[in-house]
Amino acid sequence: MSEHETTADSEHEPNRRDFLYLATGMAGVVGAASLAWPFIDQMRPDASTLAAASIEVDISSLEKGSTLQVKWRGKPVTIRNRTDKEVQEAKDVQLSDLKDPVARNANLDANADATDINRSAGKGKENWFVMIQVCTHLGCIPLGEQGEFGGWFCPCHGSVYDTAGRIRHGPAPYNMELPPFDLTPGKTVRIG
Amino acid sequence: MKKLVAAALAIGLAAPLASVAAGAADIPHYPIKDPPRLSWSFAGPFGTWDKGQLQRGLKVYTEVCSGCHSLNMVAFRNLTDLGYSEDQVKGFAASHQVTDGPNDQGEMFKRQGKPNDYFPAPFANTEAAAYANGGAAPPDFSTIAKARAVESGFPGFVFDIFTMYTTKGPDYVHALLTGYQDPPKGMRVPQGGYYNPYFHSAAFLKMPPPLSDGVVKYDDGTPETVDQYAKDIAAFQMWAAEPHMVERKETGFVVIIFLAIFTVLIYYTKKAIYSRLDDH
Amino acid sequence: MSGDHSTYAPRSGFTKWIDTRLPLPRLMHDSFVSYPVPRNLNYAYTFGGILSIMLGLQMLTGIVLAMHYVASTDQAFTSVEFIMRDVNYGWLLRYLHANGASFFFLAVYLHIARGLYYGSYKAPRELLWILGVVILFLMMGTAFMGYVLPWGQMSFWGATVITGFFSAFPAVGDWIQRLLIGGFAVGQPTLNRFYSLHYLLPFMIAGVVILHIWALHVTGQTNPTGVDIRKKTDTIPFTPYATIKDALGMSVFFLVFAYFVFYMPNYLGHADNYIEANSLKTPAEIVPEWYFLPFYAMLRAITFNLGPINSKLGGVLTMFASILVLFVVPWLDTSKVRSAVYRPVYKVCFWLFIVDCLLLGWCGSQPPQGAIVLTAQLGTLYYFGFFLIIMPLLGLVEKPRRLPNSITEAVLSRRQTSAGRPAGATAAPEDRG
Repeated sequence: MSEHETTADSEHEPNRRDFLYLATGMAGVVGAASLAWPFIDQMRPDASTLAAASIEVDISSLEKGSTLQVKWRGKPVTIRNRTDKEVQEAKDVQLSDLKDPVARNANLDANADATDINRSAGKGKENWFVMIQVCTHLGCIPLGEQGEFGGWFCPCHGSVYDTAGRIRHGPAPYNMELPPFDLTPGKTVRIG
Repeated sequence: MKKLVAAALAIGLAAPLASVAAGAADIPHYPIKDPPRLSWSFAGPFGTWDKGQLQRGLKVYTEVCSGCHSLNMVAFRNLTDLGYSEDQVKGFAASHQVTDGPNDQGEMFKRQGKPNDYFPAPFANTEAAAYANGGAAPPDFSTIAKARAVESGFPGFVFDIFTMYTTKGPDYVHALLTGYQDPPKGMRVPQGGYYNPYFHSAAFLKMPPPLSDGVVKYDDGTPETVDQYAKDIAAFQMWAAEPHMVERKETGFVVIIFLAIFTVLIYYTKKAIYSRLDDH
Repeated sequence: MSGDHSTYAPRSGFTKWIDTRLPLPRLMHDSFVSYPVPRNLNYAYTFGGILSIMLGLQMLTGIVLAMHYVASTDQAFTSVEFIMRDVNYGWLLRYLHANGASFFFLAVYLHIARGLYYGSYKAPRELLWILGVVILFLMMGTAFMGYVLPWGQMSFWGATVITGFFSAFPAVGDWIQRLLIGGFAVGQPTLNRFYSLHYLLPFMIAGVVILHIWALHVTGQTNPTGVDIRKKTDTIPFTPYATIKDALGMSVFFLVFAYFVFYMPNYLGHADNYIEANSLKTPAEIVPEWYFLPFYAMLRAITFNLGPINSKLGGVLTMFASILVLFVVPWLDTSKVRSAVYRPVYKVCFWLFIVDCLLLGWCGSQPPQGAIVLTAQLGTLYYFGFFLIIMPLLGLVEKPRRLPNSITEAVLSRRQTSAGRPAGATAAPEDRG
């Protein structure tokens, strides 16, 4: 159609027929695009996956210095009742010594500082620590209570994290992420 | 020529009718009576759920049916479709005990239900369900409104296309629940069987009449009758089987309107293009 | 598709560069733009285009459904319900796929009926026709195996009954049946292989479709008069004329399709398939999907032994023969005239054949008893009689109407007499031009 049309009609003003062709073509494009959407949308997480996005964990038996690992959104989340020594060590670190100075805490502002209080469960609950235990380098799972700072150490490529899960050296670019959570000390934590 | 074709068509159509009449005598046909067709809020191109009815249906299910019938594919979170708030759903879920596990000692344990849990089944497995119910396992309710359909026969099945009759399932359920009656004189009722002319595969079924007037309390003033209960549970089952029905019909309306406009546009485009041929 | 009379002229430097290396744009231009089609094609000729679109749609919806479906006897039924409930637009994709199969068959049957009516199988289009029958065969296999995947009661028992056909063959029958289902009864191995093949076969169909279109473009299309193309005025270029006509056909077809998908998505299916498969309980009556009903009726019509062939084997052979007979149709028809428009007696036999197929379909859906059996037997007799007796003999004795000298003449004469209905050319709705 195009060849005939362009040669024949380029001399004319656009007329009713051109409009008809255009409208039909546009309708076809709109139809095809709308049909494509369900095919794309079906790839997104389904309703049951989204609904499973929130879990509640009982932490009443979590003593000081012990860790609980749970699965949230298919990833390991570590819940640790830190010792006073660990908290103190993390507090003493200067922000300028940190490779990544941002808290990466989903419960705080995106640009909050990576102080220990911002990495913990908050004021009065400094010993409580909830973190997605996934290395920010390439997604391996770091080992707990290991490495130079007694925090986490990733065996894949040697990233070293401190007791607040902050990257200190190694290839990982960011501190490990904290999920959205709501914690009642000694009782429960709701993640997600 | 046309007459010949018409005659052939007439013969073609008459033959199966005659044969149905002749064939009817051989094997008894079930159900004995066809379910009456009711009018449902969700029928037709613009049908929507009557949420009050679905909530009553849920009540009937919880208080009566759930003792024997599972609802395996419906999760508590789906109940927000019925007009409940998130908190109400949470509360409803918490009133159920579900099995979870294994825990860190490797054992299964019971806990309160959460919105993400599915309705717990009354029996551990089909065998247990059959054993407890005289050998016939009560069917699951998740898809039953789509799994029961009484054939319309000829020519009814053709008309069904144009009348958009898609509520065979709910009609059947309602007819069955309200259809228990004394067997005709001389009919021998087998042990543990109940006569019901609307049952789809025999004259008797193992399920005793599950409903009676007043057995479930309604707080919205709806009559507490077997007929009303049957309607409500049937509607609830239709929702359970086809939770996206309203969305489907709404999408369909937009699609049909679009295609109709598109067809008209193409028709005129085609006319315009073919009009060039007339010059030849 | 042959390059001899290509009218493709690449204009830009880039298209010239492409054209000397991989002349795909030239192939497309010659096949779908400048390709000459008879000017008197009617809407019965739009089903080819509709079928290509339906094949594409089935493959697309199938591929995305496969992203969520689990081919396990424990989880297949649940995973389909999961698609219907939780996957975004899962209900739409599944209903498109399930009803798409039905509409694919509807279109293919109309396409075949058009071929039988206008003699599209006659020389030199025998291979074109045979490739079409191969596609039909593959489609039937694909549809049957796809129907097993939801693992409902009809899926399971349909698979049991259909694979049971093969046990009818003496000596090797049981061996073949076990080979097909991979066990002593339909189960996990069956489901897995059917899933694999259901995914594979559509791509084979697409391959044969390409051959089918290639063969079509070598011989050119038939037309309602059945007269060969003689001069330039007999044809019009594929684009825009055939394209826009196909588009209109498609649009109307999709309107009907959408009505079923959105408003009656379960009308064409069987209710029992919403009950999970149970190997210990047979449904009251096992019926295939509607598009297999005529063949199913012929299978059951053979209730008697034929010498050494018992009724079971006889039924199976009859059913297979009912499709295989299509392969030899080009050589069964002895008529010198292609189109039924000019064959008054054949035309009646053809419409009786259509009625016969519908009648057989009805018989297939009913319990096989009483008059249904007799009707199915008579229907089977006419089905084979149409191909094996009417086609060869009628061509020898029938006196056809006078053929127009050319397509142009047919078109012009119709336009002149358009006030009064022209004789002979009104059997199908034909468009001017």
